[in-house]
Amino acid sequence: MDLADLLEIKEKELRTRKPIRLRCCLAAGCVSSNGQAVKESLDKAVQEAGLADEVEVRQVGCMRLCCEGPLVAVDPAGILYQKVAPEDAASIVAALKGGETQVKRGDLNHPFFTKQMSIVLENSGEIDPERIESYIAADGYQALNDALVEMKPKEVIDAILQSGLRGRGGAGYPTGLKWATVAKMQGSKKYVICNADEGDPGAFMDRSVLESDPHRLLEGMAIAAYAVGADQGFIYVRAEYPLAISRLHTAIKQAKQHGLLGSGVLEAAFTFNVEIRIGAGAFVCGEETALMASIEGERGTPRPRPPFPAERGLYAGPTLINNVETLANVPSIVRKGADWFAGIGTEKSKGTKVFALAGKITNTGLIEVPMGTSLRTIVEEMGAGAPDGNQVKAVQTGGPSGGCLPASQLDTPVDYESLQQLGSIMGSGGMIVMDQTTNMVDVARFFMEFCMDESCGKCTPCRAGTVQLHALLDRILRRQATARDLELLEELCDLVKHTSLCGLGQTAPNPVLSTLRFFRNEYLELLQPEIGAPAAFGTPPKPDVNPTG
Amino acid sequence: MDRLTFATVWLGGCSGCHMSFLDLDEWLVDLADMVEIVYSPIIDRKEYPENVAVCLIEGAVANEDNLEQVKLIRARTRLLISFGDCAVTGNVTAMRNPLRTAEPVLQRAYLDTANLRPRIPQARGIVPPLLDQVLPVHEVVPVDYFLPGCPPPADRIRTLLRDVIAGKGSLLSGENIRFG
Amino acid sequence: MPVKTLTIDGKPVSAVEGQTVLEAAQDAGISIPTLCHLDGVSDVGACRLCLVEVAGVSRLLPACVTKVTEEMEVRTESERLKRYRRMILELLFAERNHVCAVCVSNGRCELQNLAVAQGMDHVRFAYRFPPYEVDITHRMFGMDHNRCVLCSRCVRVCWFIEGAATKNVAGRGADARIITDLSQPWGESETCTSCGKCVQACPTGAKFHKGSTVAEMERDRSRLEYIVTAREKKQWIV
Ligand SMILES: Cc1cc2nc3c(=O)[nH]c(=O)nc-3n(C[C@H](O)[C@H](O)[C@H](O)COP(=O)(O)O)c2cc1C
Ligand code: SF4
Ligand code: SF4
Ligand code: FES
Repeated sequence: MDLADLLEIKEKELRTRKPIRLRCCLAAGCVSSNGQAVKESLDKAVQEAGLADEVEVRQVGCMRLCCEGPLVAVDPAGILYQKVAPEDAASIVAALKGGETQVKRGDLNHPFFTKQMSIVLENSGEIDPERIESYIAADGYQALNDALVEMKPKEVIDAILQSGLRGRGGAGYPTGLKWATVAKMQGSKKYVICNADEGDPGAFMDRSVLESDPHRLLEGMAIAAYAVGADQGFIYVRAEYPLAISRLHTAIKQAKQHGLLGSGVLEAAFTFNVEIRIGAGAFVCGEETALMASIEGERGTPRPRPPFPAERGLYAGPTLINNVETLANVPSIVRKGADWFAGIGTEKSKGTKVFALAGKITNTGLIEVPMGTSLRTIVEEMGAGAPDGNQVKAVQTGGPSGGCLPASQLDTPVDYESLQQLGSIMGSGGMIVMDQTTNMVDVARFFMEFCMDESCGKCTPCRAGTVQLHALLDRILRRQATARDLELLEELCDLVKHTSLCGLGQTAPNPVLSTLRFFRNEYLELLQPEIGAPAAFGTPPKPDVNPTG
Repeated sequence: MDRLTFATVWLGGCSGCHMSFLDLDEWLVDLADMVEIVYSPIIDRKEYPENVAVCLIEGAVANEDNLEQVKLIRARTRLLISFGDCAVTGNVTAMRNPLRTAEPVLQRAYLDTANLRPRIPQARGIVPPLLDQVLPVHEVVPVDYFLPGCPPPADRIRTLLRDVIAGKGSLLSGENIRFG
Repeated sequence: MPVKTLTIDGKPVSAVEGQTVLEAAQDAGISIPTLCHLDGVSDVGACRLCLVEVAGVSRLLPACVTKVTEEMEVRTESERLKRYRRMILELLFAERNHVCAVCVSNGRCELQNLAVAQGMDHVRFAYRFPPYEVDITHRMFGMDHNRCVLCSRCVRVCWFIEGAATKNVAGRGADARIITDLSQPWGESETCTSCGKCVQACPTGAKFHKGSTVAEMERDRSRLEYIVTAREKKQWIV
């Protein structure tokens, strides 16, 4: 396989394409609302209408507006059908030839669609994720070819550096720097790991990429491996994602068959193999050192860094670990150039970010927007605000590690620094909208319960601290707490944040701290008066400072 | 000089702390010069008075009577001192807490192991019902100072009382705050 | 061996490259509180009691796993560190059922000693009172989960000094607990060699010799040191 072969596959794929395409979303969201049956009945209806030569019914990945699934799009007519039932198939097919259908149509001119910008999701909802030809027809694997044939590893790293790409797994570490560190390390065996653990409640961006465009990830990983000098890759994905896992398996098999993985990739002197490792769904196994321990068959608990994975990672070898979305950006950057990418987004946050929009919002689903887009644009325009005439009260980003921003901060642009300044984080991309019926102390308790349950138990502040934080929040909510308890809550947040071993504990207090910052009154309203000492009488005076208290 | 009003209270504990208090021996005479004991298991007074300056509180909050008492005491006392491990941590008194309710304890004490007329005593107003969970004093009301030890040795009690009476607060540290 | 010079609490200290801040401090006679650290086995940085401040680093660093660097300025005492240490101890005491008055290790317990040293005279958090079992199925030893602080010292000596790999940690978060083999009664273990190293390693009264009563449980850490020295330095301490 070389470039010529790639182009030939592409050409053939385009040549044999049928004039009309019905794209059926078969990512997990639409599958769970019966999308598979919709596709099958469309297949049948096309047969029955004798249009098989003209019409292709194609399974595709996520088409974004998950709340309206199952979704079916029609090319080239530019129609999006929503909430399609298997019974609708005949009328949809009839409508292709001038018939009528009552099936609900989506408004593709709605800001939900028009304000999106697709890089990571560029093929999502377009190509068939189970056919490598479909990916190659969308210029797939050309970036890998460019890298292998035309660029030295260092040039690839420079391009990633220049693009300004930062990690999408949460922390926002500059990707190029990480690559450069791994590349620099001595060591005969290096590894590339794709972190597809995605444990945040409410987040499904990475899953969508895996289900909709798995080859993009493989291509990104191969480019990364070439750049850092690795020959072995692992994808660590949670067992709760069976569809993603099966599509990844398919993709790896196809890529190997096409000489795009394995030895002598694209006829270059480059070997790269990818294996899948399935995690049991512990949130902490998304933390890089715990993840590596888990791959090695150890208990999935984090260890202190340094040494960082780049220095001493999987099986003690230098290891590059990146998030799914981070790696999915790579082929586009290599293909379209670092400057193109660097031209999108804000000064310090380049490119786009995918968010899983959920909660009390009219349009829930997947959005990809340029960095710097305001929360208001996302929530009010794209998401169309809270349903049933309710008011948006707060937006939560970063999941259990993030914070709640009040409606008054909706003009905040989504970029790493702005969110952090307000006590939240970009996180991996969960965005949960809350309306005025939401009690913010309850929200804090919800996330604390999550962290408490997911703490690995290795270090004291997180293991025992989250339990006590949860107990204190619970006490406040049961109206049994006093000002003493609130003070203790704040002191404990400070401890857990600054002394925990890994990011789970270090960020666990964030939902409490941010709700305390913006919604303190909701806490104060729940406090009870303390039974105090009587007013001063006689001696002894109580000393100002209590040396042991 | 006016003597300080001083009280000692015995809640859910074994009275070992009070025994240790009595171990202060002749210093008790000095203490009597500095304080007026207005309430204590060792004097005869039925009701906890108002305006107590300093109170040593032994034992954990184990039953409904303790719970009421401790709130009343807090409201009438300037400086409240948790006296001994049961007051400070729950200690032995709280060892039943992992059972979650009082029921298994009563069952074992009054039914399973009784030779004669097994029955759980119930007399409202006379036998206070047990709380399901035994609590250290400061989980119920704010406590000013802590005097750990099971029991706190007499020396430790003296050190603390001296400082508190002198208006210095608690300066206990080192071995003087060892539990157990 | 290259030497690094640094300051700990303002005191100039020299240390060998590769040494940890904890080792350098100990050599210089400066004490840093520790709990999960045990001489002779690898460190895990889990208890977080040994956290220190290092100039120019915004995070606190665990002294037991942080290597010395040239011109490092370490502070082991500050109001903030004291506050944190005390609170970590409070969390540990509240987490399980530590009833010092009736414990085999009363008076010789590292947890109790730490509380004394850090001025912890009461626990502000609500005690959890979890229901835990005592395993006395082993012929010679007992394990009282009520007193375990999950330092994992027993696990590490069992794996890395004895090589039996009998002890392990199971469960997550507050449910984490020390298990024997695949979570079976200690007495039924086929891998346990009854060497007693885990009992020697335990900082609290969680692991004890059967037959010891309140405050009777004495440990002899030199027995561990003996083996570690023999192994690492090929010397037999007499
Ligand atoms: C508790 C915890 C959970 C994490 N979960 C994930 C995850 O699910 N996916 C992910 O990519 N990164 C996760 N991370 C971040 C990873 O440790 C790591 O920083 C990331 O994979 C690096 O990739 P990036 O540089 O591309 O962002 C998690 C971190 C912590 C502390
Ligand atoms: S912070 Fe929590 S999850 Fe991380 S090591 Fe500590 S206990 Fe485990
Ligand atoms: S049993 Fe002892 S040595 Fe083992 S983890 Fe518990 S406290 Fe540590
Ligand atoms: S001794 Fe360093 S973290 Fe426990």
